[in-house]
Amino acid sequence: MPATDSADGTALVAGLTKTQLHELYFVLVRVRATEERLELLHTQGQISGGVYRSLGQEAGSVGAGYALNRRADGTGDIIAPTVRAFGALFLMGGEPLDLFRQYLARGTGPTGGKDADVHWVDYQRGLVGPISPLGTMVGVMAGITLSFRLKGEPRVGLVFCGDEVTSTGAWHEGLNFAAAQRCPMVLMVEANQWASSTQTRKNTRLESFTQKAAGYGLHAESVDGTDVLEVCEGTKRAVDRARGGEGAGMVEMRYYRRKGHVQHDNQEYVDPAELKAWEERDPIKRFGERLLSEGWATQDALEALSARAEDEVRMAADQAADEPTPEGVHALDAVYTDRGAKTPWTRLETPDPIQA
Amino acid sequence: MPGKPDNVTKTERREPVTLLEAISEGLFEEMERDERVFLMGEDIGVYGGAFKVTRGFLDHFGEERVIDTPISESGFTGAAAGAAHMGLRPVVEMQFMDFISPAYDVITNYIATSLYRGSGPLPLVIRGPVGGGIRGGPFHSQNVEMAFFHTPGLKIVYPSTAYDAKGLVKAAIRDDNPVIIEEHKGLYRAPFLREVLPEDDYIVPMGEAKVVREGTGLTVVTYGMMVHRSVDAAAVLEEEDGFEVEVLDLRTLSPLDDAAIVASVKKTGRLLVVHEDTRTGGIAGEIAMRVSEKAFEWLDAPMLRVTAIDAPVPYAGALEDYFLPQIDDIVTAARYLAAY
Repeated sequence: MPATDSADGTALVAGLTKTQLHELYFVLVRVRATEERLELLHTQGQISGGVYRSLGQEAGSVGAGYALNRRADGTGDIIAPTVRAFGALFLMGGEPLDLFRQYLARGTGPTGGKDADVHWVDYQRGLVGPISPLGTMVGVMAGITLSFRLKGEPRVGLVFCGDEVTSTGAWHEGLNFAAAQRCPMVLMVEANQWASSTQTRKNTRLESFTQKAAGYGLHAESVDGTDVLEVCEGTKRAVDRARGGEGAGMVEMRYYRRKGHVQHDNQEYVDPAELKAWEERDPIKRFGERLLSEGWATQDALEALSARAEDEVRMAADQAADEPTPEGVHALDAVYTDRGAKTPWTRLETPDPIQA
Repeated sequence: MPGKPDNVTKTERREPVTLLEAISEGLFEEMERDERVFLMGEDIGVYGGAFKVTRGFLDHFGEERVIDTPISESGFTGAAAGAAHMGLRPVVEMQFMDFISPAYDVITNYIATSLYRGSGPLPLVIRGPVGGGIRGGPFHSQNVEMAFFHTPGLKIVYPSTAYDAKGLVKAAIRDDNPVIIEEHKGLYRAPFLREVLPEDDYIVPMGEAKVVREGTGLTVVTYGMMVHRSVDAAAVLEEEDGFEVEVLDLRTLSPLDDAAIVASVKKTGRLLVVHEDTRTGGIAGEIAMRVSEKAFEWLDAPMLRVTAIDAPVPYAGALEDYFLPQIDDIVTAARYLAAY
């Protein structure tokens, strides 16, 4: 848990001070504002790739990220997020500006336009860029955290995954490896009940993904993914156990994907009554109401946090949109450390095998 | 730390080594030189690996640097990538390279793209036995180079001698790019490859082919086991036909040494590519296209290839012999080109 700040002293709930509770709320609204801005940019035709919303899941990545030891010097914990885990990404120090650059394929972005969305790396801040076949990331994080154990570093790695990646071979192989090697790794399962348009319950006979954890000897618990404090505390327990030498674990975050898999998915396969029921459990609304009812925040304070998030996000999006897209020739760069891609010779000269 | 196992000290003792022992020495010396280097694979610890490449390594380096893994090529290859991100230099053994296929996803989608995606270089090595002729059947005999040759971001080496094997292993481990090393199991303990290696800490640079036999009438571009079969064919052609064949051992398949190939073709005017891998989509097609782009006017004959047939590797001796390129096949193709 983050150190208790000295300014306003005492912990109010879950070991968190008032300032920290406000920070949590700010990150939550920042995530939502970012995603809403991305949707707008997509609607305007400025984003060519998919936009993936985490509406209803924001408390999962924010609560999880907040439980970590966050450092900017390469000595803290590390995460491999999914595209629906901006919250953790932001908490580790990833900036909305870079996220917009990634989505807008700007040459100024962390990957220079070579890859999209959350697929970027900052090892100093503990960010690992995932690839789209997400089962792969379990093995990769197993190796990252294996290195922590081998080097005796008190660090933990969090790897996020959705429901359906738990069906892939890579996921199982990586998890078993992490368990067998006692890697300080925690798997965060985003149990949002959907695999694209297929209901999770059609893809598994299990009631809970923690049953899969049991199959590999992992410690595991299931938390209400719409409750940011519950996620934070559950993740903290799992992270502490991993850091304490108990090896790999799992936290299942139960919630509901309230938007389509991707922006252009209109959710025609979803029961509207189900959506309505989950709207009532909106994580930001729930947390806001709790802050107000407990007297930990005023309405004015929450509105100010939301306004600040909106402003920051709008400015970041505008700045990214003003920046240039990369020159095509950079497609050749960095295929190998010691050379780029081979240039198609027809790009450089008239084809003439006789003179070649 | 127990002393060095005897299978990695033959060069020190000025004794000849097999290609397998050369690989063991290369791995061992790199692990001694650089503590970031560690091994992962199935049965590489107590057992020393299916072919005993790492015999004695566990006792010497301990279980944190010689890690026995579950049978999960995807899982531990992914773990190698993660460890490499964190500054270690993993060397992964595939028990047989036929079993690399479960790791195809992580190798091509994750490892090969890491640098390009801005996720940093991945200095890791994936090595293991390949090749037929040992009556191993369809799942212990394959050559896997073309499954990965097509993927930008990977380097592939395929040594044919003890000297090259040791030098390429050391070069691969020191390289900051992911490297796949194919080791022909039929060459592992071949008596004719035993040689006394230099005592110094040499490497064989990747990307450099080697002329293993000079000639003026025909260029044979080849690698691995087929280097030796091509040299044998060249001897037949010299003796029976007075025809001088140049044999170029690629040693590295990716990146290909275009300059060496083109230089030899310009000298001889004829090209025959010989590979043990199957025919369609084999490396011969790529080599011929590069020669067409860069040396078409120097050719005096069509470019030909001698390869395995397009089939799984069969088990029965007669079937496998029919499947694999034989000396006679090379001689026949060379004679056709000589007369063209």
